[in-house]
Amino acid sequence: MSARPVERPVAKKPLRPPTWLARYGMLTAGLVLVGGMSLAAILAPLLAPYNPNAINVDAMLRTPSAAHWLGTDALGRDVLSRILFGARVSLWVGFVAVGISSAIGLVLGLVAGYFGRLTDEIIMRGVDVMLCFPSFFLILAVIAFLEPSLVTIMAVIGLTSWMGVARLVRAETLTLRGRDFVLAAKVAGAGPMRIIFRHILPNALAPVLVSATLGVAGAILVESSLSFLGLGVQPPDASWGNMLLDGKEVLEIAPWLSVFPGLAILFTVLGYNLLGESLRDLLDPRLRR
Amino acid sequence: MTRTLLRIATKLAWVAVVFFGITVISFWVIHLAPGKPTDMQTTLNPGASAVARERLEKLYGLDQPISMQYVQWVGRMARLDFGRSMSGDGRPVWDKIEERLPLTFGMNIVSLILTLVIAIPIGVRAAWRQGGVFDRVSTVIVFVGFAMPSFWLALLLMLLLGIIWPVLPISGLTSLGFAKLSIAGKVWDVCRHLALPVFLYTFGSLAGMSRFMRTSMLEVLRQDYILTARAKGLPARAVIFRHALRNALMPVITILGLSVPGLIGGSVIIESIFALPGLGQLFYQAVMSRDYPLIMGSLVLGAVLTLAGNLLADVGYGLADPRIRNSGRGGGGA
Repeated sequence: MSARPVERPVAKKPLRPPTWLARYGMLTAGLVLVGGMSLAAILAPLLAPYNPNAINVDAMLRTPSAAHWLGTDALGRDVLSRILFGARVSLWVGFVAVGISSAIGLVLGLVAGYFGRLTDEIIMRGVDVMLCFPSFFLILAVIAFLEPSLVTIMAVIGLTSWMGVARLVRAETLTLRGRDFVLAAKVAGAGPMRIIFRHILPNALAPVLVSATLGVAGAILVESSLSFLGLGVQPPDASWGNMLLDGKEVLEIAPWLSVFPGLAILFTVLGYNLLGESLRDLLDPRLRR
Repeated sequence: MTRTLLRIATKLAWVAVVFFGITVISFWVIHLAPGKPTDMQTTLNPGASAVARERLEKLYGLDQPISMQYVQWVGRMARLDFGRSMSGDGRPVWDKIEERLPLTFGMNIVSLILTLVIAIPIGVRAAWRQGGVFDRVSTVIVFVGFAMPSFWLALLLMLLLGIIWPVLPISGLTSLGFAKLSIAGKVWDVCRHLALPVFLYTFGSLAGMSRFMRTSMLEVLRQDYILTARAKGLPARAVIFRHALRNALMPVITILGLSVPGLIGGSVIIESIFALPGLGQLFYQAVMSRDYPLIMGSLVLGAVLTLAGNLLADVGYGLADPRIRNSGRGGGGA
């Protein structure tokens, strides 16, 4: 990494300091969306007015009403309850997949950056190979073969999305390993494992936090795409993607089935993206204006 | 000169290694998964005996160890033979892929051009007046675009433009009376069928591309030479187009090369929604019926396209950046 360039105001600088909305609006919106969705997921059993999988032949394809706020689907199941339980699936997949990819990316990035030379070369070339993979093709193939289930989805998404984290952490480690506190630890006789995990790791976490937050959004999108193709969460369990798949069959007579689950995806992904971007701005002083 | 050639040779060798790695991983993952393609043909057919099943496995070479199968597969690939599909028709894999290439390629290229044409001006405009009204409005739209699943937007558009206000066809490539139409009528018919899918492809990459362009432009606008250009009193137009834009476009070349895997994945979803006979749909069918040769063929094609994208991006970057072009560093170069 080269030395950071001296900041020079080029564009017109605002005369007034930025308003609260300009500074924290994005963060607040992100927190509200993410917090709201998380609450909905955690409290789903309390909030849901009906059993999400209960089939009710007397109430098939009802339009939204007081009894069923978001209507019912072709099997008479309550859409609101299914969306609430679907939130659990989406967030669970998002967190576990990102946990897997962040852990892999962190370890490989730290090792590559710290040891350098051949180790670095091998790991980063591996990253290049993975980046060249038509990964959605492979994800599809693997999941179709391994019987689609939550575990396979989480594992496959996690195992195919760690490359960005590895690159970030490696770059961060490269700058950190020459810093004085690392040298001091080395002089004090700390071994490489201790230096990497006690001294470098905590200082390299900020960019990982940002990419993990954005990663949750990405994982949720992949999960819903897979479920929409019928290769994700399997019926009768609800996921926003498979609800849209069901909705597609009756698009002409029951359009509400194709609207509400999509809104849930939109707001959740939007929330994590907003949160991630504002964290990036807060944690990277270079971009702060 | 020799140094440049050496660089190119190293690069090509590296591409070959990556390609080899991708085929090994794909082959193992696909063949190690439990179950066999012959399960489909035998369990669905009550008349099929264990003997018939064995004969079928022998025919496809599935009775041999995976490493042997891989060696044979590589041997065929070396002669550009993708093998035969394991589905009922048993046609050569390459024939099946070839007939579907033009549609998927065409849609992706048209939407890529549209994306660039729309996204670059948006990014430049937003960066030039960072924090202005245009920047803020486009940022909001970009965030919504990022969060919008393409298949959901597809459903909404089908609902709006196909059902509520039926102006566009929402399924397939041609209308019922297609054969009777004149040439112009046929072209128009296909265009109408492809309007929504192309719009969705474009929309899908628009948010990312315009955001990327904005970031890249902001980075360039901070440089000293922009300050110089402005200080010597050049009009904004000249600063943007002569000094800033050309440099800001450099990273876009790289991102274009890296976007190939995403486009391939997107085509699976969009083609399956609109029932378009393209590569994505073919791959989806291949996966569902465990057609190993067809899956491997599609993965190889995807890998080749991705690597070609990266290589072109490298060469393009080398050609566009005089520092790389003249020093012979980096990927390609003249």
